[in-house]
Amino acid sequence: MAIAHQFEYVKPGSLREAVKTLARYGSRARILAGGTDLVSLIAEDMVKPETVVDIKGLPGLNNVEFKDGVLSIGALVTFSDLRDSPAVAKKFPVLREMTGWLASVGIRNRATMVGNLCSAVPCCDSGPVLLVYDAMVLVTGPGGKRKVPLRDWFVGPRKTVLKRGEIATGVAVPLPKKKHAACFVKLRRYEGEDIAQASVTVLALAGNSYRISFGSVAPRPLRAGRIEALLEGKALSDELVEQAVRLVPQEIAPITDIRATKEYRTLMAGVMLERGLRAAVARLAGAGPAYGTSLI
Amino acid sequence: MKKSITLKLNREQRTVEVEPSDILLDVLREKIGVKSPKIGCERGDCGACTVLLDGKSVRSCLILAIEADGRQITTVEGLSHAGLTPLQRSFLKHGAFQCGFCAPGIVLSATELLDKNPHPSEAEAKEAIAGNLCRCTGYKPILDAILAISAPSGKAGGLK
Repeated sequence: MAIAHQFEYVKPGSLREAVKTLARYGSRARILAGGTDLVSLIAEDMVKPETVVDIKGLPGLNNVEFKDGVLSIGALVTFSDLRDSPAVAKKFPVLREMTGWLASVGIRNRATMVGNLCSAVPCCDSGPVLLVYDAMVLVTGPGGKRKVPLRDWFVGPRKTVLKRGEIATGVAVPLPKKKHAACFVKLRRYEGEDIAQASVTVLALAGNSYRISFGSVAPRPLRAGRIEALLEGKALSDELVEQAVRLVPQEIAPITDIRATKEYRTLMAGVMLERGLRAAVARLAGAGPAYGTSLI
Repeated sequence: MKKSITLKLNREQRTVEVEPSDILLDVLREKIGVKSPKIGCERGDCGACTVLLDGKSVRSCLILAIEADGRQITTVEGLSHAGLTPLQRSFLKHGAFQCGFCAPGIVLSATELLDKNPHPSEAEAKEAIAGNLCRCTGYKPILDAILAISAPSGKAGGLK
């Protein structure tokens, strides 16, 4: 099926040039990186850009680098790059765990993590995993550079705070200073490449601190502040886990769609929170299931 | 506006005129005449359109042809320039084809896997082809074919 909609294609060689083009065209331009989302949107007539700005010619955006306690992921870094990165495997094993549940190799070889954040679909996997690390999106635009905390990044389904002319050039993920372990639990209809029906990420820090996020159960990925506050400073007990699970319906706002009902999502988010909490705490103690083990 | 792009397709330099909106899959099939990448779901789900782009399996239905300018593309036609690869022979031996529609994509996905990891486990082989749907559900002989040559004594069947 040929694409009916016609557009102009540009491949700028510098960030400055790309920003200039994007500022000129505004919402009539779309950024192309891996294209796994954009090309299907254009093919299905969901978006009709006048100009497609391919950023694969921009220098310096394809590195994954761990330096001074921060993992920097450039806008052209694919999920396969992350999956193969020794720094990710060593320092952020939960990120690697997430890439194993995400789509298929053929998609991971093209799709970028930053593109996943920019697409901002509520069911994205990058958002919730990066939220527990308090990641920052690196943005360059006509007014210069800025860093956007990921918490403030998502506005709603397919909407971010990115302004006219701006490009997300990467994401910076600080490694928590305290000893920690994490767990990503993703509910899918079948093994393989399904999109999340719901996801839970738990980061457990030494000293009984917890960071928790949910995906695919609200208009945007979210941190579970109430549950984090409940758990703060407390060692995990059966009773505490039960209390945390009871708070889940207050934290999330799922909808019923083709992949699951809101009731099922709510119930399973509680089940997954329990398993995620226990696995992250066990991993922190040097035990628990190996990263990459499906808990659901 | 039409633009001329050059790609190295199965070791041959090809130049072709494309519109920015032309999908790589359509250009390969209709303009160049390479028919092994199949038109399936056209939205990245089924893997029938898989080609290797610089050695990595990708969905040619989700790539603009213009993005492939200057890149190297391999389809199954290009795998067998020196006869069938060990992987292809293993597919034949294990009868890993039913209707054959998914086969080019699966052979390429498995080729990428074996190039990267000559001795994959069953889990790794399953992960590599998880994005290639076989509607005949003939996965068992397909996995057998891949795993037969990934055994420590086996010879991997990649591009080299």
